[in-house]
Amino acid sequence: MADPMKIRAAMAGDKVEVKVLMAHEMETGQRKDSKGAVIPAWFIQTVTATVNGKTVLSAEWGPAVSKNPFLSFRCAGKPGDKVTITWVDNHGDKRTDEAVVAG
Amino acid sequence: MRPNRTIAAALLLAAGLGAGSPGAQEKSKAIQEIEKYRAALGDDNPAELWESRGEDLWKAKRGPKNASLEACDLGLGPGVVKGAYTVLPKYFEDSGKVEDLESRLVTCMVTLQGFTPEQAKKDPFGGPGKKVPMDALVAYVAAQSRGMKMNVAGTHPKEVEAYEMGRKIFFYHGGPHDFACETCHGADDKRIRLQDLPNLTKTSDAQRAYTTWPAYRVSQGEVRSMQWRLNDCFRQQRFPELEFASPASIALTMFLAKNANGGVMNAPAIKR
Repeated sequence: MADPMKIRAAMAGDKVEVKVLMAHEMETGQRKDSKGAVIPAWFIQTVTATVNGKTVLSAEWGPAVSKNPFLSFRCAGKPGDKVTITWVDNHGDKRTDEAVVAG
Repeated sequence: MRPNRTIAAALLLAAGLGAGSPGAQEKSKAIQEIEKYRAALGDDNPAELWESRGEDLWKAKRGPKNASLEACDLGLGPGVVKGAYTVLPKYFEDSGKVEDLESRLVTCMVTLQGFTPEQAKKDPFGGPGKKVPMDALVAYVAAQSRGMKMNVAGTHPKEVEAYEMGRKIFFYHGGPHDFACETCHGADDKRIRLQDLPNLTKTSDAQRAYTTWPAYRVSQGEVRSMQWRLNDCFRQQRFPELEFASPASIALTMFLAKNANGGVMNAPAIKR
């Protein structure tokens, strides 16, 4: 089971600014371990963000994204809205976390 | 969506421990640019993931005694985490030893949680695909001293002894390259590759360096502790391995920590 994400959501002007830190290895599949064996690819493939259940962002990610990725975006919303972020990796492992938009 | 660390990592050239005193204007400009890069990263330091995992571990009942670390005395009394990092290393009556954060955590894992010392010291540093409790606990405890001034006493005879021993180690030349810590960290404007190295014999540099460890190393994707930093410095000098939480490692930490007194903690920091 993956570690929880860190999600911060706060108003920035009339928009909601969401900042997400995800804990993930993001292995490219290009690296080798100390014995020379290829480390299998393992990375987040899709990221979805919803505000009060409505999808506001959906992204397809690949192996070029860094380890422990950081994602920041702005969208419409208001204080008290519920932001939900979900990622799914190429192992089919997924993680969903929530945050409430601060005033 | 703002591409942040992902792309910026490629731009990362030389984020050192701290800058020396740059002579040429060009160099100081490069350092300013690196500072800007670091400031941009500061907002999304993945060390936070370690901090929150560390907090959970601090409160979790673990080990043969099924106890948490919440009663652990880190130097300011049992259970006091806030500001504890600023007074370490310190002499502890109960163990009769000078201990830094990592060795103190080992002591608490043994006395409170019932681990054997071997178990508590088994995995001091994380690596690819290997998350260890020590890194997370260190990140959590250090973070609770953010914004506070380093304030190592160093007055107890054992603490004085450790400081003197640390000073000797710092200036001790040895190994196949006849190296000492001082070789790289005893003068201004030294560097490894493009990485500026702090002159640890100078207060301002010593403070700047010490207060930014532990740190998240972008190139390694790990939070690295002071014990790791020293261990790797020894490897780079081609010295025998610095044993985790050994008296020598604690003495050297004592020397560096006390020299950084007055510096404001800003760790876990983020480094290239």
